[in-house]
This record gives sequence, C-alpha cells and structure tokens, in this order.
Amino acid sequence: MKKKRGVKKWRIALFFAIVAALAGLIAANVMDHADDIKLGLDLQGGFEVLYEVTPISDNQEIDRELLTDTVSAINARIDVLGVSEPNVSIEGDDRIRVQLAGVTDQQAARELLSTEARLSFRDVNDNLMLDGSDLVEGGARQSFHQDTNRPIVTVTIQDANLFGDVTREIMEMRPDNQMAIWLDYDEEDSFDEEIMKEDSKIISAPNVDEVLRTTDIMITGDFTIEEAQNLAGILNAGALPVELEEIYSNSVGASLGERAMDLAITAGFIGIALIFAYMLLYYRFMGIIAVITLTVYIYFVLVVFNWMNAVLTLPGIAALILGVGMAVDANIITYERIKDELRSGKSTMSAFKAGSRRSLSTILDANITTILAAGVLFYFGTSAVQGFAVMLITSILVSFITAVYGSRLLLGLWVNSRILNKKPKLFGVKESEISEL
Amino acid sequence: MNFEHEATKLDFVKHRKKFFLFSAALLTVGIILLSTIGLNLGIDFSSGTTMDVLAEDTVTEEEIAEEFASVGLTPDDIILAGDNNDVGRASFIGVLSQSEVLEAQRHFEDVYGNTPTVSSVTPIVGEELARNALISVLIATVGIIIYVSIRFEFWYGIAAIIALFHDALFILTFFSIIQMEVNIPFIAAVLTIIGYSINDTIVTFDRIRENMKLEKKVRGFEDLARIVNKSLVQTLARSINTVLTVVFAAGALLIFGGEGIRTFSLALVVGLIAGTYSSLFIAAQLWLTFKTRQLKRARFKSKQLQESESEA
Repeated sequence: MKKKRGVKKWRIALFFAIVAALAGLIAANVMDHADDIKLGLDLQGGFEVLYEVTPISDNQEIDRELLTDTVSAINARIDVLGVSEPNVSIEGDDRIRVQLAGVTDQQAARELLSTEARLSFRDVNDNLMLDGSDLVEGGARQSFHQDTNRPIVTVTIQDANLFGDVTREIMEMRPDNQMAIWLDYDEEDSFDEEIMKEDSKIISAPNVDEVLRTTDIMITGDFTIEEAQNLAGILNAGALPVELEEIYSNSVGASLGERAMDLAITAGFIGIALIFAYMLLYYRFMGIIAVITLTVYIYFVLVVFNWMNAVLTLPGIAALILGVGMAVDANIITYERIKDELRSGKSTMSAFKAGSRRSLSTILDANITTILAAGVLFYFGTSAVQGFAVMLITSILVSFITAVYGSRLLLGLWVNSRILNKKPKLFGVKESEISEL
Repeated sequence: MNFEHEATKLDFVKHRKKFFLFSAALLTVGIILLSTIGLNLGIDFSSGTTMDVLAEDTVTEEEIAEEFASVGLTPDDIILAGDNNDVGRASFIGVLSQSEVLEAQRHFEDVYGNTPTVSSVTPIVGEELARNALISVLIATVGIIIYVSIRFEFWYGIAAIIALFHDALFILTFFSIIQMEVNIPFIAAVLTIIGYSINDTIVTFDRIRENMKLEKKVRGFEDLARIVNKSLVQTLARSINTVLTVVFAAGALLIFGGEGIRTFSLALVVGLIAGTYSSLFIAAQLWLTFKTRQLKRARFKSKQLQESESEA
C-alpha cells in the first residue's frame, strides 16, 4: 500500500464524467429507442389468427417445406392488403400464426388470408370445365366494365379454343346455361345450395348465350373496387398449396390496446419510483449507485430489445418490470455482503473488494437457474409465453452486466478514491454494529 | 431493518414442523379444491368467444346486454371492468361465427366509437398450451436438479424443486379459492414465480453452502440446524429487501396496470410472497431434514464398514 493516504480526486471526477456521459447518451436517444420498439397486438390493436394446416388432397403430406411455401403464399397475400408489419410464423408441425397489427377491415383480411384461391369454372351440375391451371399465371387484373363501368376482374386463359369449347357446351345446356365461377370449390359443395348463400363461394354465374373464342375472361361479380382489386391480387399471388382452418383468433380494438399500454407504463413508472425510493432510503450512498445502474439497465434493455427486433406485449412489459426486480436483487445481494464485511470490522476498501467477490457466485448461480427455466419456456412455449421468456432472458443478461459490473465500476471509483474511508454510516452501517477485528 | 447476525436469536429451525404442517394442510386443501371446483378457466382454455366493449362512459350489464340483443346475440356472461365500469366483457360459450363477430364489432363501433376486442378459441389450443407449460416445467425441473447437483449437491436440488412446486401449487390453490378467471398470461405468471422461487432458494442455499465450508466438522442435526439458522439470519435482510422491491413493482402493476394484466399481476404478488416464505421456511428446512438423514446413514455405513473391517 502506498504511503500517501490522500483522497484521489480524479477517480471521483471520472465517476461524474461516466455518469454525465451515460446521462447524455440516455437523454439523447432514449425516446428514439422507445418509439422504435414494435408493439404487440395487445398494445396497438389489430388481429391474429392461428391456422391449422390441412392437406387439400389425400396424397399430400404436411411437411416443413409445404409449410414454408404456405407462409410465403400468405406473405404475398398480405402484400395485397398493404399491412406494414405483418408477422407470419410457423408453430409446431401444422400451425401457422398470422399477426396483423393495425388492420382496419378485418373481414376482408381474413377472407384474403384463408382462401385457397383456387378458381374453377363449372356448369350447374358442378362438373369441372376449367381450373386455375388453364389460366395464365399473373394474368389477373382489376378493371372496369365497358358498359356499366362497374369494377370487374379479368383473367387470361391460355387457350382461346378451349374456352370456346367450354362456352359452347354450357350454352347448349339451356335453360341451365349458367357458368359458375367458383373460388375454393369443395367436393361437398353444390351449385344449387351455394348460389342461395349470402356469402357464397360462387363469385359470379353469368348466362352463356354465345360461343366466346377469346383469351380474356371478365368476372363480373358484385364487387366494390377494393374487393375486385383484392381478388385480382390473390389470384396473382397464387393458390395456397393447403387448406387453412382457423382455430384461434384474437382481435384487439386500437383504443383498448392504447389504454392498456398507457396503464401498464404508468404502473411501471410508479413501481420503479418506489424501488428507487426504497433503495435510496435503505442503502444510502450505495442506493445512489443502484439507482444509476438500474436506470442504465432499463435503457440498455430497451436498446437490446430494439436490436433484436422483438415485439413488446403486455406480458413483455411485465417481464421488463420484473427484470428490474432481478437487477435490484443483484444490487441488494452485493450491498448486503459489503455491509456484512464492514460490520465484521474490515476497512471500506477491503469490505468492498470482499463483498463484490463473494456476492458474484451467488448472483451467478441464481441467475443461471432462472435463465435455465426461461430457456425451457422459450423452447416449448407459444408466442405469448415465448415473448415473455425472451424478455426475461434479456433482462437477466443485461441486469447481470449493469448490476454486477456497472455497480462495481461506479462504486469502486468512490471507494478507491478513499473519500469514503471510515464513513460506514454512508453505507447504512451503524458504528455500534461494527465489531473489532 | 437491520439484523445483527450474532445478536439476532431467530430460531427458524425450531418451528419447522409447524411450517411443514401448515404448507401440507394448505396444499392438501388446494389439491382437493383443484380437483373439485377447479380453476375458473377463461376463454383461453375453453371453447368460446369473449368480447371486451370499451364504452365512453360508465355502463351497466343491462345496457351491454341490450346492445348485444340488438344484433341478435345473447352473451352467456357479462362482467363490468375498468376504473369507472366503462368496459363490459361479454362471454359466449361456443365460438361465434365471423359474420356475428363482425356485425357486433360494427354495431359497437357505431354506438361507442370503439372497436371491441374479440378473442375466440377452440379448446385444443388452450389445453395444448397448458400441457406444453406443464411439460416445460417438468423439463426445466430436471435441468435445475442437474445444475444444482453439479454446483451444489443433490439434496439442495431436490429441496429447491419441492419449494418450486410448493409455490406453483400455492398460486393455483389461491386462484381456485378466489375463482378469478385464469388466462394465458396467468401461465406466464406461474412460470415467472417458478423462476423467482428458484432464484430466491438458490441465494439462501448459497449461504448455507458457504457456512458449511466454514465448519470444521458437521456431526448431525445440531450442527446443521445451527448452520441453517445462521444462514437464514444472514440472508434475511436481503430476502426481505428483494421481495419488497419486487412486490413494489408487481403491486404497482396490480393496482395501476389495468384490467388486461390484473390476473397476471395478482398471481405475481401472491407467488412472490409464497416464494419468499418457501425459501425461508420450507426449502432450507427440507434440506436440513434430508441432510440429517444422509449424515446418519453415512455414519451408520462407516460404522458397519469399521465393524466388518475389524471382523476381517
């Protein structure tokens, strides 16, 4: 040990420099990071659907490849909808979860997602005349009827003669000379039943009175412009290779979502303020260090969360606040150790050293077991639970760095400056509690 | 709160049988309740639809029922929520059709200017989720036992796991008694508590392990009891301060966090308290019981060994 026992002021200056730098960093872009975080459905409104994927035909097997194909098909459809941040994910062996935040017309979105987009042309007895394989790929367009100016959808057929034969055949069936244009015909469907339904799978059923030898087919349904655009869009996006069955859906109104978020954020601030007050009151000088490291912790969690492109949900906010608890625990464990060492009569400097060292293995063991549990949760959980697990793991890792190393660095600067020597009161230790070594 | 380690004469070990009895009785009641009344499973675990209607002002159940009637729907249950009872939650048994949902949504948009939140689910999804959660916990349990056995010793692991199930079962019992609706975030809460419980127990065990190392010779129950008591007193300030701060956070969520996370935050608060109780009064004491038995057996064995050696 050096003979000179004076106070090393540069360490304290360094402490303030670090704190000022951190404060500047946080003040400069905490709002940017907070604004950039993607919010879950429960916080901004929108809807999610969980689909079960079932094969279209008997000889089809649902495997990973088929599921990825389906996901890309769904993504192509969402492009038609123009949703900004869709989230389509495969879950388990035969599930696909679609989350669309901020969609206004849910009905249209749902129809668009789950339709197989198999177009077929049939006679009134449900005999197949033409199907999607006879059409030119990507040849669907929304346009307007020359005479009525109503929105229509045109598709292009590969062979004009084929369409001529079909129209002749149907024309000769008079008086049942209707050509039914089906979307997603199933074997159990029948023309007579379906045409009566309000929400029919038959898009239109025009009478055929002449032989049409053409490659351009007009579909004149009872469309709005948007509906016609959507239909053209999904026909071009291609048919789904599978059938999708809705097994879970959740939709959140935008105002309810906002309200939930406002409440959770307010609650978070109150909780954190209480923790800060308690730490300052109980740990005195070390409490100040705790408050600084906890603030830095919250900031870093936001930054890391942003980097991961994670989506913040209600359970996520709860996990974040709980993560504050974990960070607090790491601080408390260390400070209690330091107090123990001070009470046993050690000098401030050696109490700090011993306390930091001895608390490390405790914090490490406690955190690793919790991460272990969170990891299992992530691996086996579904989206809501997974989001929570990710948040918990992130929290624990960041809290470990800030509460252990951040706290050690900042407190170390003060302790090693020797300014705190022989001032146990600042650590919340009474003189009377200290036993002689 | 300051606890002077040497001066404080708190004897946790002396009363351990009472704690065991208390917990055992509580959990027996819990198992009986869970297998008879069970939990009030929300829409996430049963088949049906719920619709949360946010009104502009205070509403009554009758008003909400009337509004639903005007679109031809009869909810099976309506509860009011929100600070001023301005949220109505209508539950329907059985999944409503898309058109019914949309008609109701449009109707309430017209009436209150807010789109209702709708969740619908078929029973498979909720059941699967609960099953997956249970499987996850069992797998995590094995992982924790392995980790603790390596870092500590096998019996610490077993005691920690029993405490963990104690805490999980405690929350389930509590929710079975108050019959509050249980949803998917509730599962997240139970899993958090499991994480917290293990965290808390490990911190206590860590101190016991450290004090065990300081002892020159541990002969039997007396020595072990002294070590456990000393360790618990030494970590008491930390245990109380930590649970207090975490309860501050969870409590703020419970009081100010709103309807959406009420179940979640209540489960957290109850679980956190149970977790601290079990680390102090159940986990450490169980370890003491196990360890005493192990020591006795070891002594018995070494005695046998000596005898057989002397015979030979």
